[in-house]
Amino acid sequence: MTTKYMDAELVGKRMSSRVRKNAGWKGVFFASTLFGLFVLAVLLIRVFTQGLEYINIDFLMNHLSTDASRAGIMGAILGTAWLMLIVVPVTMVVGVGTAIYLELYAKKGKLQSFIATNISNLAGVPSIVYGLLGLTLFVRALEFGNVLLAGGLTLALLVLPIVIVAAQEALRAVPGSLSEASYGMGATKWQTVRRIILPAAIPGILTGAILSLSRAIGETAPLTVLGIPALLIPFPSGIFDTFTALPMQIYYWTIDSSLVAEYANLAAATIIVLLILLFLLNSIAIFIRNKFQQRY
Amino acid sequence: MNTVMTKKINLQLVRNERREPAVQKEIVYDTKDLNLWYGETHALKNINMDIKEKEVTAIIGPSGCGKSTYLKTLNRMVELVPIVKTSGEITYKGRNILDKSFRVEDLRTQVGMVFQKANPFPKSIYENIAYGPRIHGINNKKILDEIVEKSLRGAFIWDELKDRLHDNAYGLSGGQQQRLCIARCLAVEPNVILMDEPTSALDPKSTLRIEELVQELKKDYAIVIVTHNMQQAARISDKTAFFLNGEIIEYDQTDHIFNTPTDERTGDYISGRFG
Repeated sequence: MTTKYMDAELVGKRMSSRVRKNAGWKGVFFASTLFGLFVLAVLLIRVFTQGLEYINIDFLMNHLSTDASRAGIMGAILGTAWLMLIVVPVTMVVGVGTAIYLELYAKKGKLQSFIATNISNLAGVPSIVYGLLGLTLFVRALEFGNVLLAGGLTLALLVLPIVIVAAQEALRAVPGSLSEASYGMGATKWQTVRRIILPAAIPGILTGAILSLSRAIGETAPLTVLGIPALLIPFPSGIFDTFTALPMQIYYWTIDSSLVAEYANLAAATIIVLLILLFLLNSIAIFIRNKFQQRY
Repeated sequence: MNTVMTKKINLQLVRNERREPAVQKEIVYDTKDLNLWYGETHALKNINMDIKEKEVTAIIGPSGCGKSTYLKTLNRMVELVPIVKTSGEITYKGRNILDKSFRVEDLRTQVGMVFQKANPFPKSIYENIAYGPRIHGINNKKILDEIVEKSLRGAFIWDELKDRLHDNAYGLSGGQQQRLCIARCLAVEPNVILMDEPTSALDPKSTLRIEELVQELKKDYAIVIVTHNMQQAARISDKTAFFLNGEIIEYDQTDHIFNTPTDERTGDYISGRFG
Protein backbone atom coordinates (compact mmCIF):
# COMPACT_ATOMS: atom_id res chain seq x y z
CA MET A 1 0.00 0.00 0.00
CA THR A 2 1.33 3.42 -0.96
CA THR A 3 1.52 6.22 1.59
CA LYS A 4 -1.35 8.71 1.38
CA TYR A 5 -0.38 12.30 1.99
CA MET A 6 -3.86 13.75 1.71
CA ASP A 7 -5.40 13.05 5.12
CA ALA A 8 -9.15 12.95 4.51
CA GLU A 9 -9.98 14.06 8.05
CA LEU A 10 -7.62 17.00 8.02
CA VAL A 11 -8.82 18.11 4.58
CA GLY A 12 -12.43 17.95 5.74
CA LYS A 13 -11.69 19.99 8.84
CA ARG A 14 -10.10 22.77 6.83
CA MET A 15 -12.73 22.75 4.12
CA SER A 16 -15.27 25.07 5.74
CA SER A 17 -12.67 27.67 6.80
CA ARG A 18 -11.26 27.75 3.27
CA VAL A 19 -14.70 28.23 1.78
CA ARG A 20 -15.50 30.97 4.29
CA LYS A 21 -12.26 32.77 3.48
CA ASN A 22 -13.14 32.69 -0.21
CA ALA A 23 -16.52 34.26 0.51
CA GLY A 24 -14.85 36.92 2.67
CA TRP A 25 -12.46 37.98 -0.08
CA LYS A 26 -15.28 38.05 -2.59
CA GLY A 27 -17.01 40.52 -0.27
CA VAL A 28 -13.90 42.72 -0.11
CA PHE A 29 -13.62 42.85 -3.89
CA PHE A 30 -17.31 43.58 -4.29
CA ALA A 31 -17.09 46.40 -1.73
CA SER A 32 -14.21 47.96 -3.68
CA THR A 33 -16.31 47.95 -6.81
CA LEU A 34 -19.29 49.31 -4.92
CA PHE A 35 -17.21 52.20 -3.59
CA GLY A 36 -16.40 53.40 -7.10
CA LEU A 37 -20.00 53.02 -8.23
CA PHE A 38 -21.22 54.88 -5.14
CA VAL A 39 -18.95 57.86 -5.75
CA LEU A 40 -19.95 57.98 -9.40
CA ALA A 41 -23.62 57.84 -8.47
CA VAL A 42 -23.27 60.68 -5.93
CA LEU A 43 -21.44 62.79 -8.50
CA LEU A 44 -24.00 62.19 -11.19
CA ILE A 45 -26.99 62.75 -8.92
CA ARG A 46 -25.53 66.00 -7.58
CA VAL A 47 -24.67 67.32 -11.01
CA PHE A 48 -27.97 66.34 -12.57
CA THR A 49 -30.18 67.66 -9.77
CA GLN A 50 -28.28 70.94 -9.83
CA GLY A 51 -27.92 71.45 -13.54
CA LEU A 52 -30.48 69.49 -15.52
CA GLU A 53 -33.25 72.09 -15.36
CA TYR A 54 -30.90 74.78 -16.65
CA ILE A 55 -30.25 72.93 -19.90
CA ASN A 56 -32.40 74.25 -22.71
CA ILE A 57 -31.93 75.56 -26.24
CA ASP A 58 -31.15 79.07 -25.03
CA PHE A 59 -28.48 77.84 -22.64
CA LEU A 60 -26.85 75.84 -25.41
CA MET A 61 -27.09 78.56 -28.08
CA ASN A 62 -26.63 81.85 -26.21
CA HIS A 63 -23.58 84.01 -25.77
CA LEU A 64 -22.05 84.26 -22.36
CA SER A 65 -23.61 86.78 -20.03
CA THR A 66 -23.11 87.99 -16.49
CA ASP A 67 -26.87 87.63 -16.10
CA ALA A 68 -27.27 84.00 -15.08
CA SER A 69 -30.72 83.69 -16.60
CA ARG A 70 -29.48 84.72 -20.04
CA ALA A 71 -26.02 83.11 -20.04
CA GLY A 72 -25.27 80.45 -22.68
CA ILE A 73 -22.34 78.22 -23.51
CA MET A 74 -22.29 78.29 -27.30
CA GLY A 75 -18.89 79.98 -27.18
CA ALA A 76 -17.46 77.23 -24.99
CA ILE A 77 -19.00 74.49 -27.14
CA LEU A 78 -17.52 76.04 -30.29
CA GLY A 79 -14.16 76.48 -28.55
CA THR A 80 -14.08 72.83 -27.55
CA ALA A 81 -15.10 71.77 -31.06
CA TRP A 82 -12.29 73.85 -32.56
CA LEU A 83 -9.82 72.35 -30.09
CA MET A 84 -10.86 68.86 -31.24
CA LEU A 85 -10.35 69.91 -34.85
CA ILE A 86 -6.77 70.85 -34.02
CA VAL A 87 -5.96 68.00 -31.63
CA VAL A 88 -7.18 65.16 -33.86
CA PRO A 89 -5.10 65.76 -37.01
CA VAL A 90 -1.97 66.76 -35.07
CA THR A 91 -2.02 63.73 -32.78
CA MET A 92 -2.99 61.33 -35.54
CA VAL A 93 -0.28 62.43 -37.95
CA VAL A 94 2.53 62.98 -35.47
CA GLY A 95 1.50 60.23 -33.05
CA VAL A 96 0.92 57.47 -35.57
CA GLY A 97 3.98 58.58 -37.54
CA THR A 98 6.15 58.32 -34.45
CA ALA A 99 4.70 54.94 -33.55
CA ILE A 100 5.31 53.59 -37.06
CA TYR A 101 8.88 54.84 -37.01
CA LEU A 102 9.65 53.42 -33.58
CA GLU A 103 7.97 50.07 -34.16
CA LEU A 104 8.77 49.38 -37.79
CA TYR A 105 11.63 51.49 -39.06
CA ALA A 106 13.94 52.34 -36.15
CA LYS A 107 16.76 49.88 -35.53
CA LYS A 108 15.99 48.01 -32.35
CA GLY A 109 18.65 49.05 -29.91
CA LYS A 110 19.54 51.24 -26.98
CA LEU A 111 18.48 54.49 -28.64
CA GLN A 112 15.13 53.12 -29.76
CA SER A 113 14.29 51.73 -26.33
CA PHE A 114 15.52 54.98 -24.69
CA ILE A 115 13.13 57.01 -26.83
CA ALA A 116 10.25 54.60 -26.31
CA THR A 117 10.74 54.60 -22.54
CA ASN A 118 10.80 58.37 -22.40
CA ILE A 119 7.63 58.66 -24.43
CA SER A 120 5.92 56.42 -21.89
CA ASN A 121 7.33 58.65 -19.15
CA LEU A 122 5.97 61.77 -20.87
CA ALA A 123 2.49 60.26 -20.62
CA GLY A 124 2.83 60.63 -16.85
CA VAL A 125 3.91 64.29 -16.78
CA PRO A 126 1.26 66.45 -15.03
CA SER A 127 -0.91 68.37 -17.46
CA ILE A 128 -0.07 71.73 -15.88
CA VAL A 129 3.53 71.23 -16.99
CA TYR A 130 2.31 70.95 -20.56
CA GLY A 131 0.41 74.16 -19.94
CA LEU A 132 3.68 75.87 -19.03
CA LEU A 133 5.33 74.42 -22.14
CA GLY A 134 2.48 75.72 -24.29
CA LEU A 135 2.65 79.12 -22.63
CA THR A 136 6.39 79.43 -23.22
CA LEU A 137 6.44 77.96 -26.71
CA PHE A 138 3.19 78.79 -28.46
CA VAL A 139 1.79 81.81 -26.61
CA ARG A 140 5.07 83.69 -26.05
CA ALA A 141 7.96 82.42 -28.21
CA LEU A 142 5.90 81.89 -31.35
CA GLU A 143 3.67 84.84 -30.39
CA PHE A 144 0.38 83.12 -31.15
CA GLY A 145 -1.18 84.65 -28.04
CA ASN A 146 -3.81 82.68 -26.12
CA VAL A 147 -5.66 81.62 -29.27
CA LEU A 148 -7.15 78.32 -30.41
CA LEU A 149 -3.97 77.21 -32.17
CA ALA A 150 -1.92 77.60 -28.99
CA GLY A 151 -4.54 75.79 -26.91
CA GLY A 152 -5.02 73.02 -29.45
CA LEU A 153 -1.30 72.38 -29.90
CA THR A 154 -0.77 72.34 -26.14
CA LEU A 155 -3.53 69.77 -25.67
CA ALA A 156 -2.16 67.79 -28.63
CA LEU A 157 1.28 67.66 -27.00
CA LEU A 158 -0.36 66.61 -23.76
CA VAL A 159 -2.05 63.54 -25.25
CA LEU A 160 0.58 62.75 -27.88
CA PRO A 161 2.46 60.25 -25.68
CA ILE A 162 -0.79 58.39 -25.01
CA VAL A 163 -1.58 58.21 -28.71
CA ILE A 164 1.95 57.04 -29.52
CA VAL A 165 1.91 54.30 -26.91
CA ALA A 166 -1.56 53.12 -27.96
CA ALA A 167 -0.56 53.12 -31.64
CA GLN A 168 2.68 51.25 -30.86
CA GLU A 169 0.71 48.57 -29.06
CA ALA A 170 -1.77 48.32 -31.92
CA LEU A 171 1.05 47.96 -34.46
CA ARG A 172 2.84 45.39 -32.33
CA ALA A 173 -0.36 43.32 -32.12
CA VAL A 174 -0.36 42.74 -35.89
CA PRO A 175 1.10 39.24 -36.36
CA GLY A 176 4.58 39.20 -37.86
CA SER A 177 3.51 36.38 -40.16
CA LEU A 178 1.40 38.87 -42.14
CA SER A 179 4.25 41.27 -42.79
CA GLU A 180 6.53 38.31 -43.60
CA ALA A 181 4.07 37.22 -46.25
CA SER A 182 4.11 40.71 -47.72
CA TYR A 183 7.90 41.10 -47.65
CA GLY A 184 8.15 37.61 -49.11
CA MET A 185 6.43 38.81 -52.28
CA GLY A 186 8.84 41.67 -52.77
CA ALA A 187 6.83 44.42 -51.08
CA THR A 188 8.75 47.37 -49.67
CA LYS A 189 8.41 48.29 -46.05
CA TRP A 190 6.11 51.19 -46.85
CA GLN A 191 3.83 49.02 -49.00
CA THR A 192 3.66 46.49 -46.19
CA VAL A 193 2.92 49.19 -43.63
CA ARG A 194 0.25 50.86 -45.72
CA ARG A 195 -1.52 47.80 -47.09
CA ILE A 196 -1.13 45.20 -44.37
CA ILE A 197 0.02 46.52 -41.02
CA LEU A 198 -1.88 49.82 -40.79
CA PRO A 199 -5.28 48.43 -41.86
CA ALA A 200 -4.94 45.71 -39.25
CA ALA A 201 -3.86 48.19 -36.57
CA ILE A 202 -6.31 50.99 -37.36
CA PRO A 203 -9.06 49.93 -34.92
CA GLY A 204 -6.59 49.87 -32.04
CA ILE A 205 -5.06 53.16 -33.10
CA LEU A 206 -8.47 54.86 -33.40
CA THR A 207 -9.59 53.56 -30.03
CA GLY A 208 -6.49 55.01 -28.40
CA ALA A 209 -6.85 58.28 -30.28
CA ILE A 210 -10.49 58.79 -29.31
CA LEU A 211 -9.85 58.00 -25.66
CA SER A 212 -6.98 60.46 -25.58
CA LEU A 213 -9.15 63.03 -27.34
CA SER A 214 -11.72 62.76 -24.59
CA ARG A 215 -8.92 63.26 -22.09
CA ALA A 216 -7.75 66.35 -23.99
CA ILE A 217 -11.11 68.12 -24.15
CA GLY A 218 -11.70 67.55 -20.44
CA GLU A 219 -8.38 69.14 -19.45
CA THR A 220 -8.53 72.44 -17.57
CA ALA A 221 -5.14 72.97 -15.96
CA PRO A 222 -3.11 73.60 -19.13
CA LEU A 223 -5.74 76.00 -20.43
CA THR A 224 -5.72 78.06 -17.21
CA VAL A 225 -1.95 78.35 -17.50
CA LEU A 226 -2.30 79.55 -21.09
CA GLY A 227 -4.58 82.28 -19.78
CA ILE A 228 -7.71 81.19 -21.58
CA PRO A 229 -10.52 83.55 -20.51
CA ALA A 230 -14.21 82.96 -19.99
CA LEU A 231 -15.19 86.46 -20.93
CA LEU A 232 -17.67 88.04 -23.25
CA ILE A 233 -15.75 87.30 -26.41
CA PRO A 234 -17.10 86.68 -29.91
CA PHE A 235 -17.62 83.10 -31.06
CA PRO A 236 -14.33 81.76 -32.48
CA SER A 237 -14.29 81.29 -36.24
CA GLY A 238 -10.64 80.40 -36.95
CA ILE A 239 -7.56 78.99 -35.32
CA PHE A 240 -6.15 82.47 -34.54
CA ASP A 241 -9.23 83.57 -32.57
CA THR A 242 -9.38 83.77 -28.81
CA PHE A 243 -11.69 81.22 -27.29
CA THR A 244 -13.02 79.58 -24.20
CA ALA A 245 -13.78 75.90 -23.69
CA LEU A 246 -16.24 73.80 -21.68
CA PRO A 247 -13.90 72.91 -18.80
CA MET A 248 -12.80 76.59 -18.52
CA GLN A 249 -16.42 77.65 -18.35
CA ILE A 250 -17.05 75.17 -15.55
CA TYR A 251 -13.95 76.38 -13.75
CA TYR A 252 -14.85 80.08 -13.84
CA TRP A 253 -18.52 79.60 -12.96
CA THR A 254 -17.56 77.42 -10.02
CA ILE A 255 -15.12 80.04 -8.73
CA ASP A 256 -17.63 82.85 -9.19
CA SER A 257 -20.49 80.97 -7.59
CA SER A 258 -19.54 82.67 -4.32
CA LEU A 259 -20.64 85.92 -5.99
CA VAL A 260 -23.70 84.70 -7.86
CA ALA A 261 -25.17 81.51 -6.40
CA GLU A 262 -26.86 80.54 -9.67
CA TYR A 263 -23.48 80.18 -11.37
CA ALA A 264 -23.08 76.85 -9.54
CA ASN A 265 -26.14 75.56 -11.39
CA LEU A 266 -24.79 76.82 -14.68
CA ALA A 267 -21.50 75.03 -13.94
CA ALA A 268 -23.43 71.82 -13.24
CA ALA A 269 -25.38 72.21 -16.48
CA THR A 270 -22.12 72.66 -18.37
CA ILE A 271 -20.69 69.56 -16.69
CA ILE A 272 -23.66 67.59 -18.01
CA VAL A 273 -22.97 68.82 -21.53
CA LEU A 274 -19.28 67.93 -21.23
CA LEU A 275 -20.07 64.51 -19.73
CA ILE A 276 -22.47 63.69 -22.55
CA LEU A 277 -19.78 64.62 -25.05
CA LEU A 278 -17.22 62.41 -23.26
CA PHE A 279 -19.59 59.46 -22.97
CA LEU A 280 -20.33 59.82 -26.65
CA LEU A 281 -16.64 59.74 -27.57
CA ASN A 282 -15.96 56.75 -25.32
CA SER A 283 -18.93 54.90 -26.77
CA ILE A 284 -17.56 55.44 -30.25
CA ALA A 285 -14.20 54.08 -29.11
CA ILE A 286 -15.82 50.98 -27.62
CA PHE A 287 -17.93 50.51 -30.72
CA ILE A 288 -14.89 50.66 -32.99
CA ARG A 289 -12.97 48.27 -30.77
CA ASN A 290 -15.73 45.69 -30.71
CA LYS A 291 -16.75 46.00 -34.32
CA PHE A 292 -13.43 46.10 -36.12
CA GLN A 293 -11.16 44.17 -33.80
CA GLN A 294 -9.49 41.54 -35.95
CA ARG A 295 -8.98 38.11 -34.45
CA TYR A 296 -6.08 36.14 -35.83
CA MET B 1 1.58 26.87 -67.22
CA ASN B 2 -1.68 26.19 -69.01
CA THR B 3 -0.97 22.56 -69.66
CA VAL B 4 -0.06 22.14 -66.01
CA MET B 5 -3.35 23.55 -64.92
CA THR B 6 -5.47 21.22 -66.94
CA LYS B 7 -3.49 18.06 -66.33
CA LYS B 8 -4.71 15.72 -63.65
CA ILE B 9 -2.23 15.14 -60.91
CA ASN B 10 -0.69 11.75 -61.34
CA LEU B 11 1.97 10.81 -58.86
CA GLN B 12 2.78 7.60 -60.62
CA LEU B 13 3.48 9.50 -63.79
CA VAL B 14 5.74 11.89 -61.91
CA ARG B 15 7.66 8.99 -60.42
CA ASN B 16 8.18 7.46 -63.83
CA GLU B 17 9.43 10.72 -65.20
CA ARG B 18 12.01 10.84 -62.50
CA ARG B 19 13.63 7.70 -63.81
CA GLU B 20 14.04 9.04 -67.30
CA PRO B 21 17.56 10.11 -68.28
CA ALA B 22 18.30 13.47 -66.71
CA VAL B 23 18.36 16.46 -69.02
CA GLN B 24 20.88 19.16 -68.26
CA LYS B 25 19.20 21.43 -65.70
CA GLU B 26 20.36 24.91 -65.00
CA ILE B 27 21.71 25.86 -61.60
CA VAL B 28 19.53 28.51 -59.98
CA TYR B 29 21.33 28.98 -56.68
CA ASP B 30 25.00 28.38 -56.10
CA THR B 31 26.05 28.72 -52.47
CA LYS B 32 29.77 29.07 -51.78
CA ASP B 33 31.32 28.99 -48.31
CA LEU B 34 28.28 30.55 -46.67
CA ASN B 35 28.67 31.35 -42.99
CA LEU B 36 26.00 33.01 -40.90
CA TRP B 37 25.98 34.31 -37.37
CA TYR B 38 23.09 35.37 -35.12
CA GLY B 39 25.07 37.72 -32.90
CA GLU B 40 27.68 35.35 -31.45
CA THR B 41 25.95 32.14 -32.50
CA HIS B 42 27.51 30.54 -35.55
CA ALA B 43 24.33 29.22 -37.18
CA LEU B 44 25.57 28.18 -40.64
CA LYS B 45 29.08 26.86 -41.25
CA ASN B 46 30.73 26.69 -44.66
CA ILE B 47 27.62 25.80 -46.59
CA ASN B 48 28.26 24.77 -50.18
CA MET B 49 25.38 23.56 -52.29
CA ASP B 50 23.75 24.23 -55.60
CA ILE B 51 20.06 24.17 -56.33
CA LYS B 52 18.77 23.36 -59.78
CA GLU B 53 15.69 24.44 -61.67
CA LYS B 54 12.74 22.09 -62.08
CA GLU B 55 13.81 20.05 -59.09
CA VAL B 56 12.60 19.66 -55.56
CA THR B 57 15.42 20.09 -53.10
CA ALA B 58 14.58 18.93 -49.59
CA ILE B 59 16.46 20.09 -46.52
CA ILE B 60 16.19 17.84 -43.50
CA GLY B 61 17.76 17.83 -40.08
CA PRO B 62 16.91 18.12 -36.39
CA SER B 63 15.50 21.33 -34.88
CA GLY B 64 18.09 24.08 -34.62
CA CYS B 65 20.33 22.60 -37.31
CA GLY B 66 20.10 25.72 -39.47
CA LYS B 67 17.85 24.40 -42.22
CA SER B 68 15.21 27.14 -41.87
CA THR B 69 17.95 29.74 -41.51
CA TYR B 70 19.49 28.59 -44.78
CA LEU B 71 16.10 28.68 -46.51
CA LYS B 72 15.47 32.21 -45.28
CA THR B 73 18.91 33.27 -46.44
CA LEU B 74 17.91 32.33 -49.98
CA ASN B 75 15.43 35.24 -50.06
CA ARG B 76 17.19 37.24 -47.35
CA MET B 77 14.18 37.02 -45.04
CA VAL B 78 16.77 36.18 -42.42
CA GLU B 79 17.63 39.90 -42.40
CA LEU B 80 14.40 40.60 -40.52
CA VAL B 81 16.45 39.48 -37.52
CA PRO B 82 18.61 42.58 -37.10
CA ILE B 83 21.72 40.94 -35.63
CA VAL B 84 22.47 38.65 -38.54
CA LYS B 85 25.92 38.67 -40.21
CA THR B 86 26.95 36.62 -43.20
CA SER B 87 30.07 35.77 -45.19
CA GLY B 88 30.56 33.85 -48.41
CA GLU B 89 28.21 34.14 -51.34
CA ILE B 90 25.01 32.84 -52.79
CA THR B 91 24.85 33.31 -56.53
CA TYR B 92 21.37 33.55 -57.98
CA LYS B 93 21.40 33.59 -61.78
CA GLY B 94 24.95 34.84 -61.77
CA ARG B 95 24.61 37.56 -59.14
CA ASN B 96 25.53 37.42 -55.47
CA ILE B 97 22.31 37.99 -53.53
CA LEU B 98 24.18 38.71 -50.32
CA ASP B 99 25.67 41.78 -51.97
CA LYS B 100 23.89 44.85 -50.60
CA SER B 101 23.45 46.18 -54.13
CA PHE B 102 21.07 43.27 -54.81
CA ARG B 103 17.72 44.75 -53.81
CA VAL B 104 15.78 42.46 -51.48
CA GLU B 105 12.52 43.52 -53.13
CA ASP B 106 13.91 42.37 -56.48
CA LEU B 107 15.10 39.07 -55.05
CA ARG B 108 11.84 38.32 -53.28
CA THR B 109 9.86 39.09 -56.40
CA GLN B 110 11.72 36.28 -58.16
CA VAL B 111 11.82 33.95 -55.17
CA GLY B 112 8.50 33.20 -53.53
CA MET B 113 8.03 31.79 -50.06
CA VAL B 114 5.47 29.59 -48.35
CA PHE B 115 5.56 29.59 -44.58
CA GLN B 116 5.18 26.99 -41.88
CA LYS B 117 1.83 28.29 -40.75
CA ALA B 118 -0.59 29.44 -43.44
CA ASN B 119 -0.58 33.23 -43.25
CA PRO B 120 -3.30 34.60 -45.51
CA PHE B 121 -4.04 38.32 -45.16
CA PRO B 122 -7.29 39.21 -43.40
CA LYS B 123 -8.76 40.06 -46.81
CA SER B 124 -10.88 38.30 -49.38
CA ILE B 125 -9.51 35.32 -51.31
CA TYR B 126 -9.35 37.52 -54.40
CA GLU B 127 -7.47 40.30 -52.64
CA ASN B 128 -5.01 37.82 -51.16
CA ILE B 129 -3.99 36.70 -54.63
CA ALA B 130 -4.15 40.19 -56.14
CA TYR B 131 -1.89 41.58 -53.41
CA GLY B 132 1.38 40.56 -55.06
CA PRO B 133 0.53 41.90 -58.54
CA ARG B 134 -0.85 45.08 -56.98
CA ILE B 135 2.33 45.90 -55.08
CA HIS B 136 4.18 45.47 -58.34
CA GLY B 137 1.94 48.02 -59.99
CA ILE B 138 -0.76 45.96 -61.71
CA ASN B 139 -4.13 47.55 -61.03
CA ASN B 140 -6.04 46.66 -64.18
CA LYS B 141 -9.14 44.77 -63.05
CA LYS B 142 -9.19 42.47 -66.07
CA ILE B 143 -5.54 41.49 -65.73
CA LEU B 144 -5.95 40.95 -62.00
CA ASP B 145 -8.97 38.72 -62.65
CA GLU B 146 -6.87 36.61 -64.98
CA ILE B 147 -3.96 36.41 -62.56
CA VAL B 148 -6.28 35.34 -59.74
CA GLU B 149 -7.78 32.56 -61.83
CA LYS B 150 -4.43 31.42 -63.18
CA SER B 151 -2.81 31.37 -59.73
CA LEU B 152 -5.70 29.54 -58.09
CA ARG B 153 -5.71 27.02 -60.92
CA GLY B 154 -1.96 26.67 -60.54
CA ALA B 155 -2.45 25.73 -56.92
CA PHE B 156 -5.35 23.38 -57.86
CA ILE B 157 -7.80 25.21 -55.66
CA TRP B 158 -9.76 27.14 -58.31
CA ASP B 159 -12.67 24.73 -58.45
CA GLU B 160 -13.09 24.84 -54.68
CA LEU B 161 -12.90 28.60 -54.41
CA LYS B 162 -14.16 30.10 -57.67
CA ASP B 163 -17.63 30.76 -56.27
CA ARG B 164 -16.42 32.43 -53.10
CA LEU B 165 -13.60 34.64 -54.31
CA HIS B 166 -14.85 37.56 -52.27
CA ASP B 167 -15.20 35.68 -48.99
CA ASN B 168 -12.67 36.33 -46.28
CA ALA B 169 -9.70 33.97 -46.49
CA TYR B 170 -9.96 33.32 -42.76
CA GLY B 171 -13.07 31.26 -43.40
CA LEU B 172 -11.06 28.58 -45.24
CA SER B 173 -9.76 25.39 -43.67
CA GLY B 174 -6.09 25.16 -42.72
CA GLY B 175 -5.23 23.12 -45.80
CA GLN B 176 -7.12 25.47 -48.10
CA GLN B 177 -5.41 28.45 -46.50
CA GLN B 178 -2.01 26.94 -47.17
CA ARG B 179 -2.88 26.25 -50.80
CA LEU B 180 -4.21 29.79 -51.06
CA CYS B 181 -0.83 31.00 -49.78
CA ILE B 182 0.87 28.92 -52.47
CA ALA B 183 -1.44 30.44 -55.08
CA ARG B 184 -0.67 33.90 -53.71
CA CYS B 185 3.00 33.11 -54.13
CA LEU B 186 2.45 31.97 -57.74
CA ALA B 187 0.67 35.22 -58.58
CA VAL B 188 3.98 37.08 -58.56
CA GLU B 189 5.33 34.52 -61.06
CA PRO B 190 8.54 33.66 -59.23
CA ASN B 191 11.28 31.33 -60.49
CA VAL B 192 11.89 29.65 -57.16
CA ILE B 193 9.51 28.68 -54.38
CA LEU B 194 10.90 28.29 -50.89
CA MET B 195 8.75 26.22 -48.54
CA ASP B 196 9.38 26.25 -44.82
CA GLU B 197 7.72 23.11 -43.38
CA PRO B 198 4.56 23.90 -45.34
CA THR B 199 2.62 20.88 -44.10
CA SER B 200 3.68 20.73 -40.45
CA ALA B 201 0.38 22.23 -39.29
CA LEU B 202 -1.83 20.21 -41.66
CA ASP B 203 -3.71 16.94 -41.43
CA PRO B 204 -2.55 13.96 -43.57
CA LYS B 205 -5.08 14.57 -46.32
CA SER B 206 -4.20 18.24 -46.76
CA THR B 207 -0.53 17.26 -46.57
CA LEU B 208 -0.98 14.83 -49.44
CA ARG B 209 -2.64 17.50 -51.56
CA ILE B 210 0.24 19.90 -50.98
CA GLU B 211 2.73 17.16 -51.85
CA GLU B 212 0.88 16.46 -55.09
CA LEU B 213 0.89 20.15 -55.80
CA VAL B 214 4.66 20.33 -55.26
CA GLN B 215 5.11 17.59 -57.83
CA GLU B 216 3.17 19.64 -60.36
CA LEU B 217 4.90 22.90 -59.52
CA LYS B 218 8.38 21.52 -59.99
CA LYS B 219 7.76 21.29 -63.71
CA ASP B 220 8.02 25.07 -63.80
CA TYR B 221 9.80 26.12 -60.63
CA ALA B 222 12.81 25.30 -58.56
CA ILE B 223 11.44 24.25 -55.18
CA VAL B 224 13.36 24.18 -51.93
CA ILE B 225 11.47 22.59 -49.08
CA VAL B 226 12.45 22.34 -45.44
CA THR B 227 10.73 19.45 -43.74
CA HIS B 228 10.75 17.51 -40.52
CA ASN B 229 8.93 14.71 -42.18
CA MET B 230 11.40 12.13 -43.48
CA GLN B 231 8.83 10.28 -45.59
CA GLN B 232 7.82 13.54 -47.15
CA ALA B 233 11.37 14.32 -48.20
CA ALA B 234 11.73 10.81 -49.61
CA ARG B 235 8.41 11.04 -51.45
CA ILE B 236 8.67 14.38 -53.11
CA SER B 237 12.27 15.51 -53.47
CA ASP B 238 14.89 14.90 -56.12
CA LYS B 239 17.78 15.91 -53.92
CA THR B 240 18.12 15.99 -50.18
CA ALA B 241 20.50 17.90 -47.95
CA PHE B 242 21.03 16.74 -44.39
CA PHE B 243 21.94 19.58 -42.02
CA LEU B 244 23.37 19.07 -38.55
CA ASN B 245 24.59 21.80 -36.18
CA GLY B 246 24.82 24.34 -38.97
CA GLU B 247 26.77 22.13 -41.36
CA ILE B 248 25.79 20.12 -44.38
CA ILE B 249 26.58 16.53 -43.52
CA GLU B 250 25.45 15.13 -46.80
CA TYR B 251 23.84 16.46 -49.95
CA ASP B 252 22.95 14.10 -52.75
CA GLN B 253 20.20 12.48 -54.80
CA THR B 254 17.29 11.66 -52.50
CA ASP B 255 17.42 7.95 -53.42
CA HIS B 256 21.04 7.87 -52.41
CA ILE B 257 20.53 9.74 -49.12
CA PHE B 258 17.69 7.47 -48.04
CA ASN B 259 18.97 4.14 -49.28
CA THR B 260 22.76 4.29 -49.12
CA PRO B 261 23.81 7.32 -47.05
CA THR B 262 27.55 7.90 -47.04
CA ASP B 263 27.75 9.43 -43.59
CA GLU B 264 26.81 7.41 -40.55
CA ARG B 265 25.01 10.38 -38.96
CA THR B 266 22.72 10.71 -41.97
CA GLY B 267 21.72 7.08 -41.66
CA ASP B 268 21.15 7.45 -37.93
CA TYR B 269 18.96 10.50 -38.39
CA ILE B 270 16.90 9.01 -41.20
CA SER B 271 16.30 5.80 -39.34
CA GLY B 272 15.14 7.82 -36.33
CA ARG B 273 18.06 7.01 -34.04
CA PHE B 274 18.35 10.67 -33.08
CA GLY B 275 16.70 14.01 -33.75
